[in-house]
Amino acid sequence: MNALGAADAGLVSCTGCGLLSRPASVAHVGDCPRCGERLDWRRAHAVQRTWAFLIAAAILYVPANVLPVLTTNTLVSSQADTIMSGVIYLYETGSWPLALIVLVASVMIPLGKIAALAYVLVSVQRGSATSNRQRTRLYRIVEFIGRWSMLDVFVDTFVVALVQLAPLMSVEPGPGVVYFMAVVVLTMFAAQSFDSRLIWDAATMGKTPPKRCAPPPPGARRFGTALRRRGRDAA
Amino acid sequence: MRHADPLDRPLALTVTAAIALIIANVSPLMGLTVAGRDSTTTLIGGAYQMWLQGSEVTAVIVGFCAVFAPAAYVALLLAVLVMVRWPPAPAWVGVLMRWADRLRPWSMNEVLLLGMLVALTKIAQLATVIPGAGMYAIGALVLLLPAIVSTFDVREVWRRIAWIDPPAPRRADP
Repeated sequence: MNALGAADAGLVSCTGCGLLSRPASVAHVGDCPRCGERLDWRRAHAVQRTWAFLIAAAILYVPANVLPVLTTNTLVSSQADTIMSGVIYLYETGSWPLALIVLVASVMIPLGKIAALAYVLVSVQRGSATSNRQRTRLYRIVEFIGRWSMLDVFVDTFVVALVQLAPLMSVEPGPGVVYFMAVVVLTMFAAQSFDSRLIWDAATMGKTPPKRCAPPPPGARRFGTALRRRGRDAA
Repeated sequence: MRHADPLDRPLALTVTAAIALIIANVSPLMGLTVAGRDSTTTLIGGAYQMWLQGSEVTAVIVGFCAVFAPAAYVALLLAVLVMVRWPPAPAWVGVLMRWADRLRPWSMNEVLLLGMLVALTKIAQLATVIPGAGMYAIGALVLLLPAIVSTFDVREVWRRIAWIDPPAPRRADP
């Protein structure tokens, strides 16, 4: 598999507006001429940043699930609920579809996200050139599905907001909510700091794009439309 | 992909979304009645209650994802769609486009709606809950926002925005 990537052709795509342009200098790529976004051949330290967010998320996942997210106080008792016991409560009170939704959104999606991103990162670091489409699709699913984990945070917020009938019954948030939210936000940051172009690099001609590409001929217009179109087809 | 109606339809949907957003933020989302006592909450009220209960970080993030991000997203889209009606729109419209794109994953209306429904079901075991107008408005938003995204022709919009650093024009003069 020896495809020509945009970077091999000396072109760089903008992550803000999608414009493919030929930068004036290979070393200093500069900003996108159309939207002003910073251009990079590949986002700087994308793999390291993604790992950092991912590891932080994995660590915080433990207190997020062990610590209570809600504490219910009634006249006679006080009960602390973790995310799992909230799921079990929903199941036992007969609404198993909702229990399933919360289980998927709060437990499976964060775990799946961490596992999927770790797999993509390891495969990129090993220079894997196979199943690029599947890996790209996996990354897109992670990017798309990540926000659904916020579900339990919203549930807790509205339960807390409504059930304030002290001394009869009141609910207060537990320390687990903050950790859980941190997991969601950190995994979203992790997905955003990755650069999906990296998945394809092992399969294209130049593994280190900026060194390979030739600088534009002197006096050339920086952004020729014909060049732009050819580059897009190649990419 | 080209759309038959690249500007008017998303603009109409965005105006509708803005109205729904205002309703969602000012009217109560849901209320409950138990033992003769009432309690209602709005979106901001829910986040504020979290703050009062000592979970300030949660309150800020919930406020951001449920109130600020959707409002800013719709406002940015509205500004962009109005400005590109008279091309070429100034280059700062492109900056607005980029911000809208960045905010989109943080605008969590559909997650919020599902979260409210789960909360309703949880509380329904303890008390009588009444969904309010705000919840229907969020339901409308959940349908409107994807409709905007699918009718919004990103390429056509970018074509109508002036470049920050335009390519040198082809010189014909001697």
